[in-house]
Amino acid sequence: MTASGIFAIFLVVLALVACGWPLGGYIYRTFAGERTWTDAVAVPVERAIYRLIGVNPDVEMDWKAYLRAMMVSNLVMALFAYAVFRLQAVLPLNPAHIPAMPPYLAFNTAASFITNTNWQNYAGEQSLSYLSQMIGITFLQFTSAATGLAAAMAFLRGMSRQKTDALGNFWVDLVRAHTRLLLPIAAILAVLLLALGVPETLSGPAVVHTLSGSMQTIARGPVATLEAIKQLGTNGGGFFNANSAHPFEDPNAWTCILEIMGMGLIPTALVFTAGYFLRSRRLAIVLCTLLGAILLAGAYLVYAYEAAGNPILAHALGLHGPNMEGKEVRFGLPLTSLFVAATTAYTTGAVNAMHDSLMPMSGMVPLLFMMFNLIFGGKGVGLLNILMFLIIAVFISGLMVGRTPEIFGKKIEAREMKLATAAMLVHPFVILVPTAIAMALPSARASMGNPGLHGFTEVLYAFTSAAANNGSAFAGLNGNTPFYNISIGLVMLFGRYVSIIAMLAIAGSLAGKARIPETSGTLKVDTFAFGYVFVAVFVIVGALTFFPYLALGPIGEQLQLG
Amino acid sequence: MKGEATVINVWRSLRFTLVFAVLLGIVYPLFFVALGRVVFPWQAQGSLVAVNGRTVGSELIAQPFPQPMWFEPRPSAVNYNADGSGGSNLGPTNPALVQEVRQNLRAVLRENPGLQVDEVPTSMVESSGSGLDPDIDLQDAYDQIPRISKATGLSEAWLRSLVQRDAEFPALGLYGEPMVNVMQLNLAIWEKLHPSARVARTT
Repeated sequence: MTASGIFAIFLVVLALVACGWPLGGYIYRTFAGERTWTDAVAVPVERAIYRLIGVNPDVEMDWKAYLRAMMVSNLVMALFAYAVFRLQAVLPLNPAHIPAMPPYLAFNTAASFITNTNWQNYAGEQSLSYLSQMIGITFLQFTSAATGLAAAMAFLRGMSRQKTDALGNFWVDLVRAHTRLLLPIAAILAVLLLALGVPETLSGPAVVHTLSGSMQTIARGPVATLEAIKQLGTNGGGFFNANSAHPFEDPNAWTCILEIMGMGLIPTALVFTAGYFLRSRRLAIVLCTLLGAILLAGAYLVYAYEAAGNPILAHALGLHGPNMEGKEVRFGLPLTSLFVAATTAYTTGAVNAMHDSLMPMSGMVPLLFMMFNLIFGGKGVGLLNILMFLIIAVFISGLMVGRTPEIFGKKIEAREMKLATAAMLVHPFVILVPTAIAMALPSARASMGNPGLHGFTEVLYAFTSAAANNGSAFAGLNGNTPFYNISIGLVMLFGRYVSIIAMLAIAGSLAGKARIPETSGTLKVDTFAFGYVFVAVFVIVGALTFFPYLALGPIGEQLQLG
Repeated sequence: MKGEATVINVWRSLRFTLVFAVLLGIVYPLFFVALGRVVFPWQAQGSLVAVNGRTVGSELIAQPFPQPMWFEPRPSAVNYNADGSGGSNLGPTNPALVQEVRQNLRAVLRENPGLQVDEVPTSMVESSGSGLDPDIDLQDAYDQIPRISKATGLSEAWLRSLVQRDAEFPALGLYGEPMVNVMQLNLAIWEKLHPSARVARTT
């Protein structure tokens, strides 16, 4: 661990906040219906798209209509992707002659990509045709990110409006998320990645005669376009099995910085968007400071433990130096460590080092971030989790000072609290119960790639990743079995939709309420004092719920290191 | 009423899926395939390199170099299978990890007589994340020079200058490691041994 490494990490996070702030304002103007500089190009395109899909953009929806449109569209897109994966053998653009994906695996993959999780029980270069990578994977990587973004925008409208049931039009939000945000930024990112060495081709694998006289088959494909939205949409599902550790996905330190920026950009911006919607810049500054500090702390913890190296190897072999098992040389330790923390903070799930081979304490950082699920969080849904915990923190503070809890002029009452509690509890529930079931089944235990406590951590990590819709893995676990394909698939669906449904219901009831004028007795939510309460609430809830499992996993393993 | 709304939603979803699958799944990637072909043809095809017109590999993908005359890349958990990337995924307390690293270390010390354990960087004996890491630590490259010199007859001074010529240092002094690309080094050795060979980038 060096001073320059610490500075290197800090600088990237600072750049993220610097880019996120103005982008947050732009996202606000786009979804609040104000004029933006992209109107000239985007408005005619959007009008054409509305005609093609049969949508009247002027109609607003209440929360139930908004939710119905979201659920039906997601179901249709998931079925479409499932069909593509099942039929890829007979569809075009399959130069490597890859067979159809088996049903359980195709279910898992479709569930994984529609929920923005990108858990992969398959190796991309061996299991997907180019067409599947394009109209299955790349397509869902856009639309699932746009869906999360739309839900967050509907919620912010609900909080900022009064005496109405209108939350916006789902189809308009979904289309605008693409035309105003995802597609333009992904295009810029794709050009940069391409220029820096990421392939983009429809030619089949390159078969070469190596210098030493053997043969090598080099898988490639339309990688740059997938990579751009994979990062930008906080998706994380790579073209290749090794994900961003693969030199074709992430060829150098510059692409690594771009990929970290790509995944952090919109979630960071959304914190500022919330500030604009709620007319409180302070809220954005408080949240950004506290969450940014937690992100940095996580990255530094990983950096410290990885730089110190593996004491078992030092003792047994006299080998001293950083832990390089499962890592690539070109990124250097600071960027590798920040990537580990950022990919779980932003619930992307891309990996540029194998998390399974991290030291126990550094492996606990991604696990913890996914358990919190709100260190900025994924596209849209991260912000929803932040707002959910704000509501819970407001409620707890209200109880402590003995007054009716309210947040930005909206009373928090029994209905909102019940829904927020349900949204909060589903996360630990779908992590802890399936992990316990897996531990009870010999066949599920047999999938563990490492023995002992580390093997337990692999299973815990899998369900945590699925519930948080993250998608990164302790990849030693063999997840391509009927048990894991189905259980992880279901956990991803519950983890995604239960909290979105509950949050949209809260948005509906908040939108109907009149705003109470602020008085001297109002609890101010946008202060650092309240910010610390917010952090304390989600840390305590997280720690209490998950601590026994963490003790059995990474903490126990750390103690074994001696 | 509700049933009717669902029918409308399904119909819109189908139309949305069709329009956006074409836009995002076909138009968007194909546009960049075409752009890559015109503007960045080398990168777009996978940074391939050729000797005398025959493609020998990619600058970004490690390949096996088992003979002592070549710079050797980092250990690969997938045996340099560029059609099946991956790491070992061995956990830090797994006895199999110690076993694997011990074997790699023994091989390095056997192939490079005179090398001491404390001169061996961890990246030289621990498997990479992709199994295809194209780069090695500078120290790793220097450690291999005496062996390569002996096997090829090229002078250690020349090999040292070669490593220095191709060395890459952290971007902005912050991002990355001092390292060198194995393919570049080995192509230079090939050129030196075969003065008539034409080494070139290819698409």
